[in-house]
Amino acid sequence: MADASLGLWTVPLAVFGGAIRVSTPFLFVSLGECITERSGRINLGLEGTLVMGAMSAYGISYLSGSPWLGVLAAGITGALFGALHAGICSLPRVNDIAVGIALMLLGTGLAFFLGKPLIEPTAARLPAIDFGWWSDVPQVRAALRINVLFLIGVAIAPLLYWAFKSTRWGLLIRTAGESADAARAMGHSVLLIRLRATMVGGFLAGIGGSFLSLFYPGSWNEGLSSGQGITAVALVIFARWDPLLCLWASLAFGGAAALGPALQSVGITSGYHLFNAAPYILTLAIMIITCSPKRTLTGAPAELSITR
Amino acid sequence: MTAEVESVEAVGVAPAADPGFLQRYGASIEYVLIPCAALLGALAVFGGFVALYGKNPLDLYFYMYYGAFGTWFSWQNTLTRAAPLILTALCTALPAQLGMVIIGGEGALLIGALSATSAALALQGAAPIVVQIAMVIAGVIGGGLWITLSGGLRQYRGVNETISSLLLVYIALAILNHLVEGPLRDPASLNKPSTREIGAANMIGTIPGTDVHWGLVFGLVAAVAAYVLIYHTTFGFAARVAGGNVRAAKIVGLNVGRLILTVCFLAGACAGLAGMIEVAAVQGRTNANLAAGYGFTGILVAFLARQNPLAIIPVAILLGGISASGGLLQRRLGLPDASVLVLQGIIFVFVLASDALYGRIGLFKGKS
Repeated sequence: MADASLGLWTVPLAVFGGAIRVSTPFLFVSLGECITERSGRINLGLEGTLVMGAMSAYGISYLSGSPWLGVLAAGITGALFGALHAGICSLPRVNDIAVGIALMLLGTGLAFFLGKPLIEPTAARLPAIDFGWWSDVPQVRAALRINVLFLIGVAIAPLLYWAFKSTRWGLLIRTAGESADAARAMGHSVLLIRLRATMVGGFLAGIGGSFLSLFYPGSWNEGLSSGQGITAVALVIFARWDPLLCLWASLAFGGAAALGPALQSVGITSGYHLFNAAPYILTLAIMIITCSPKRTLTGAPAELSITR
Repeated sequence: MTAEVESVEAVGVAPAADPGFLQRYGASIEYVLIPCAALLGALAVFGGFVALYGKNPLDLYFYMYYGAFGTWFSWQNTLTRAAPLILTALCTALPAQLGMVIIGGEGALLIGALSATSAALALQGAAPIVVQIAMVIAGVIGGGLWITLSGGLRQYRGVNETISSLLLVYIALAILNHLVEGPLRDPASLNKPSTREIGAANMIGTIPGTDVHWGLVFGLVAAVAAYVLIYHTTFGFAARVAGGNVRAAKIVGLNVGRLILTVCFLAGACAGLAGMIEVAAVQGRTNANLAAGYGFTGILVAFLARQNPLAIIPVAILLGGISASGGLLQRRLGLPDASVLVLQGIIFVFVLASDALYGRIGLFKGKS
């Protein structure tokens, strides 16, 4: 609630803290989707992967007492879902977007089904680092309690940027995404490259889910994800398939999502839902601005089914 | 749409002189058998999954059948759920004739419901028949324009229609929540923010002798009309030509832009009608309950029916039956309510994977 001594300063502070907390799942899912889409496939099923990851992380953390084992389990679950997506898409004449919708249904359904007994118990949660120890103001301290996963995500983004640019693996993924024929001519299996890229993408998306259930909001229930997986897929388009831009876009989308509750805490309640829809509106706007009938999205991998 | 092209090819290459039964009907049989096989495969996998969960799969199948089609009561429940599914499936199946993948039926449903409710609230006091007609018109136009937006963006800006229609679902949901909790909110709805009720007199009611509302008739009529439009009119033929090959369509002088916009409007109109029916026959008002996933299940129905409007009817009834049996599975077998979602997901995965089988089974090939 609003502290009288801080007044309207609570809003930017809450947005800052919220941006960091809310953006972490966006960051992981979008970096994962970035890898998958750079290899020439779109995986819309990451919403299902995210929820599945959240559920398995919570379950394993509850059973083992170690939240980090939970994070690992979420990643592995995500990678398995990625393998399923890539496996079905390797069959001839299968539409990858439709498979994504199917896996979104399946992942959410399975997570709700298997997660039913997990709604009651409390699992061990991920620790946070207190960067706000120097301050006496509770709001500042709350805003600066930052989770390790966020820092890992922030580190992955430039790493991925570098990997795409100057490692053998990055080049292979980009080749498969820009021209499957070229990759084949070089003697590489496009299906195998995409399988690996989708599995790594699923791994990261699963970890994004573990953040939801193990840190913020930090419990397991069926309303845990309000479409963050879909937002993150949109975010990759918004960020033009650039991992560094994914980081900034995640922070911006997280901030937009945190703005509604922050304004609510100082008594401005209208427009809450419209702020939540800001990521979708922004992504649609950027697609409208940068597309034209003659030219497709700049920066988009040429093999991607949404650009053809 | 590759399948559509292929069926045309298969018919084209069939030898004219006395083809055998399989040669003549192989492709059609394939269109029935492969989805059925996919369905059975999915049911088997779901049975195995439930067995791992410690329940008897045979009990599962029995209760699914009983809860969906076992009694008159369950039939009515099934048909009530099938009505919106037929309409939202048409929202995916109609643009599919043009080679477009529209997955935003849920958004058009919500906007249709919102428009219909607004129309009814604006016309309070008018004769019920006037209000009902106004609701249909508002729902159809609201939903229609919503999907036309995706079609127009694709035609004039080259924006991918799948992504834009999906984004529009979440934008529609935000608009609905915003209006329902703000300008349109009924002050009396405390726990569940809703609009005011449209009034009992304005509800469209049930088909005499049943508990099934008139929405089912709307759905059946729309599906048959869509079938006639696609397969027996020049417009439908033009749409299928454009879906098969856009350049060929342009060369023969078809106005592809107008085709896309019209088909998208009709598709959205169907989903908007589903939203209007959910308001006028079930909920009586607009609130977040409307986002019950009919739009997303409709995508599954359309794919399982291979985008054929007539096949959508039985498939929607089947999927309606699966969701109708969910309650019984919960009570009798103690399965979580999400089991319906799991089964839908498994079916969807199987149906998509089975796409790879068409034209590969030697028995059904048109040529010897």
